[in-house]
Amino acid sequence: MTTPARLTIVAATEWLSERARWHPLEFLFWIAAFAAIYLMPSRHLILTEIAWLGLFALSLDLILGYAGIISLGHAAFFGLGAYTAALLAKHEIINEPAAALLIAGVAAMALGFLTSFLVLRGSDLTRLMVTLGVALVLRELANRNGWLTGGADGLQGVTIKPLLGTFRFDMFGHTGYIYCLTVLFILFLLARRMVNSPFGLSLLSVKDNPLRASAIGISVDARLVAVYTVAAGYAGIAGALLAQTTAFASLEVFSFDRSADLLLVLIIGGAGYLYGGLIGAIVFKIMQDYLSALTPQYWPFWIGLVLVVIVLVGRDRITSWTAPIRLFAERLNWRALKRRPAASITEEHLS
Amino acid sequence: MLTILFDGIAYGMLLFVLASGLAVTLGLMNFVNLAHGAFAMAGGYITVILVNRLGLPFFASLPIAFLASALIGFVFERTLYVHVYRKSHLDQVLFTIGLVFMSVATVDYFLGSSQVFVQVPDTLQGQFSVSGVGIGRYRLLIIIVCGLLTIALQFVFANTRFGSRLRAAVDDSRVARGLGINVNRIFAVTFAFGSGLAGLGGALGAEILGLDPTFPLKFMIYFLIVVTVGGTSSITGPFFASLLLGISDVAGKYYVPTLGAFVIYTIMIIILIWRPQGLFSRASSR
Amino acid sequence: MTIVLETIELTKRFAGILATNNVSLELTRGSRHALIGPNGAGKTTLINLLTGVQRPTSGRIVFDGEDIGKLSTHERVRRGIVRTFQINQLFSELTPLETIGLAVSERRGQGLDWWRIVGSRPDLVTEAVEILEHFRLTDVIDKRTAILPYGKQRLLEIAVAIACRPRVLLLDEPAAGVPEDERHEILAAVAALPADVTVLLIEHDMDIVFSFADRISVLVNGALFVEGSPEEVARDPRVKAVYLGEELADG
Repeated sequence: MTTPARLTIVAATEWLSERARWHPLEFLFWIAAFAAIYLMPSRHLILTEIAWLGLFALSLDLILGYAGIISLGHAAFFGLGAYTAALLAKHEIINEPAAALLIAGVAAMALGFLTSFLVLRGSDLTRLMVTLGVALVLRELANRNGWLTGGADGLQGVTIKPLLGTFRFDMFGHTGYIYCLTVLFILFLLARRMVNSPFGLSLLSVKDNPLRASAIGISVDARLVAVYTVAAGYAGIAGALLAQTTAFASLEVFSFDRSADLLLVLIIGGAGYLYGGLIGAIVFKIMQDYLSALTPQYWPFWIGLVLVVIVLVGRDRITSWTAPIRLFAERLNWRALKRRPAASITEEHLS
Repeated sequence: MLTILFDGIAYGMLLFVLASGLAVTLGLMNFVNLAHGAFAMAGGYITVILVNRLGLPFFASLPIAFLASALIGFVFERTLYVHVYRKSHLDQVLFTIGLVFMSVATVDYFLGSSQVFVQVPDTLQGQFSVSGVGIGRYRLLIIIVCGLLTIALQFVFANTRFGSRLRAAVDDSRVARGLGINVNRIFAVTFAFGSGLAGLGGALGAEILGLDPTFPLKFMIYFLIVVTVGGTSSITGPFFASLLLGISDVAGKYYVPTLGAFVIYTIMIIILIWRPQGLFSRASSR
Repeated sequence: MTIVLETIELTKRFAGILATNNVSLELTRGSRHALIGPNGAGKTTLINLLTGVQRPTSGRIVFDGEDIGKLSTHERVRRGIVRTFQINQLFSELTPLETIGLAVSERRGQGLDWWRIVGSRPDLVTEAVEILEHFRLTDVIDKRTAILPYGKQRLLEIAVAIACRPRVLLLDEPAAGVPEDERHEILAAVAALPADVTVLLIEHDMDIVFSFADRISVLVNGALFVEGSPEEVARDPRVKAVYLGEELADG
C-alpha cells in the first residue's frame, strides 16, 4: 500500500514548506521599497528612519514573536551598536561604514550573548525587570563616562566617510536610504530563512510549550541564547545605521522610551510573521510625523493613547482586520492551489 | 556614616510606602502595573497645588493627597484596569506604559515640565544633632509616618479579617473565590488603597525625591525592584527590600558617585538571577 | 535480563513531605512494567525524577550503567529516556505533522539547522508521515493541535514520544481522561509498542495494568510497597488493603 502513502508524503511536504513560500504581496512590498529610491527622492530621510526602525523592530520580533521573550530593554543592543559605530568613525579606527557596521553588530551580539543568561529563567516580570535593568545600566555607564561617550550632550564631531569608499552620505538621505534598505533586505532574507528552518520551528515550539520542547530533546536554554544573540546583533546593526546616517549618538539610544516605542511599533504591525515590525515602522513613523506637527511637545500622550486603545480593543482583533489582506494574498496563489493534491487525495485515501 | 544610614532608612521607608500598593496588586491579581508611579505623582502634585497655591497647611494636605489619589485609583480601576485583568502580561505592560505616557504628557501640559517644590513648614526644616549624628527633621518625619503606616499595614494584613481574606486571595484567588471571598471587591479596595498610599508617598517624597512630570518613569524601576526583590506574598518582604534598596542607593551615590545608580541596577540583576522569585518570598502556588 | 534503568535509594523531599522514599526500582530491557498506587503516592514525582524535571534529594539513577543524575531533561531524552505526560503537553499552535516532524528532526540532530526549509528532507517527512499513519492521525495531520479531539491529542502525545525512538518509555496514565469510545485506540497503540522498548506504565485502570504488564510495582506514600509478577501482586492482601484504605498490621 505504498501509493497512498506516497501521495500523503507529497502533501505533507507541501504543507510543511508552505510557510516558506514567497507570497505575491511580499514581492510587491520589496519592489515598492526599492522603487521608492527612484520614485520618492524627497522622502528619503524619513524612509531611512523607517528602514532602520523596521530592522530594530524585526530584531524584537525574533525574540518576542518567535521565542516569546518580553523585553523592555532591547534598546541596550541598539544603543551599543550606535555608540560603537559612532566611536569607530569619530576616532577613525574604521573608516569604511559597512565594516564598522559589521563590528557594531558583533559587539551587540557579544552583549546579547552575555546577557542572554538573564532571560532564561524567571517569569515575564523578571524578564521585564532584567532587560530593563541592563538597558539602564548601559545608559548609566554611558552617562558617567562622558570622556568616551560625550555624556548627556551626546557624541559630537562624528564624520562618516563615504560608503565603500565611493558613496558619500548626503543631507537628503539618498545614500542613507539605499544603504539602510539594502542592509535591511539582506538581514531580512537571513531571518526569513532562519524562521522557516527546523531551528525556527523549534523556537516556535519553545514559545508554545517549553516543557514539551525539552521532552523531545530540545535544549531550550541553548536555543533561546542563540536567538537572543542573533536578535541583539540585528538591533545593534539598526543602532549603527542610525548613528551612521545621522553622524550622532546620544544617551537616548538606551532610553526606556526607545524600548517602549519599539514594543508599540511591533505591536502595531503584529508579532510573529516578520513583516509586523516593518509595517509597524511605516505606520509609526507616519503617525509620528503627523502628530508631531500637531502637538510637538506632547507626542508621548498620543503614543500612550494608541497603546491603551490597542490593548483595550485587543491585539487579536486588530490582526484579524488584516486577515482579509492575507486571504486575498492566498487567493492570488493560483498555481499553488491548482498544483496542490492535498485535500482531494487524502480524502480518497481515507474513504 | 550614620547620617547616611539614617538617610538611607528614610529613603527606604518612603520607597516602601510608595511601592507597597504595587506589591499587593501584583501578588493579588498577578497584574503588572507599571503606571503605579503616576498615582504617586498625582499625590505629589496635588500637595504642591494645595500647599503652594492654595495655602493649605502641609500636614492637612497629606491626608487629602492620600484620599485624592485613592479616588483616582478607584476610578481608573473600575473604568479601565478591569478590562485588562485577563489579558497577557505583555498586554498589561503595554497598557500601563500607555497610561504612564499619557499621564506624563498631561502633567507636562497643565503644570509645566520643570521640577516643583513643596513649601515645607519651618518646623520640618533643618536638622538637629543626636550624639554627633545629623538627623534631618523632614527625614525624621518620614521615618515616623512611614513607620506607623508599616505597622498599621502589617496589623491589618496579619490580624484583621480583611487582611486574612486578602492573604487568602493573594495566595490562591481561585480557591479564595470558591470560599466565597469577593476577590474583585477586595481588589478594588486594595487598588484604591495602594494608589492612595502611593499618593501619600508622592506627597511626602516630593521634597526628597524631586517631583517633575517624568517621576513615574524615573521611579518605575525602583518600585519594580522593591516588588521583585521583596516578593509579593508578605508585607515584610517588600519592607526589607525597600530598606535594602534605600540604603544601597544613598550609600552608593555617596561613596561611589561615578557609578551612581549603576550599583542598584547591578544588585537587582544579580539578585534576580540568583533568586528569580525574589529574596524574601515563599514559593507561591502559581 | 539486562537492567536498562534503575534507581538506587532514590529520595525526594519537599518542604517536609517525603514524596519519594528510598525507592530502588529496576527496569529490565523489553519489560512491560506497571507502576501503581493510590493517589498522591508519588508516581508522577518518580517519573519527574527519572526524566530530570526534578532533582532528587539523595540516591542515584543509573541508565545503561551510566549515572544520569546530573543530566538535564533534554540530555536524557537524547539518551533514550522519553516520557508522556498525564495531562497533555503538546504544542497547541503546531500541527501534528509539524510536531512529529520536529521530534524526528531533533532526534536526527538537525535541530540547529537554520538554513534549510522545513519539509525539504524527504526521508524526514516520510518518517514523520509513517509515524502519524501508525497512530491513525493522518486525518488530522494538518490541523492545529489545539482543536483536535482529546482522544487524538492523547494519541499524539504517545506518537511524539515514539518519534523520539525511546529506549525507555515512561507512560503517565495514557488513557486518562479519554472518553470510553476512544480508549481502545490508545490501548491498541500501547499494546503495539515495539518489543525492544522498555515501558514503565503508570495506570489506575487495573484491567489495563493486568492485561499489559509483565511486572508490577506498587508505590504507597512514596515508597515501594510490593513488587512482583501480576499474579503475585493480585493475590497479595496488603495491596488490596492499601487500595481499600484499611489499616495495615505492622511487621
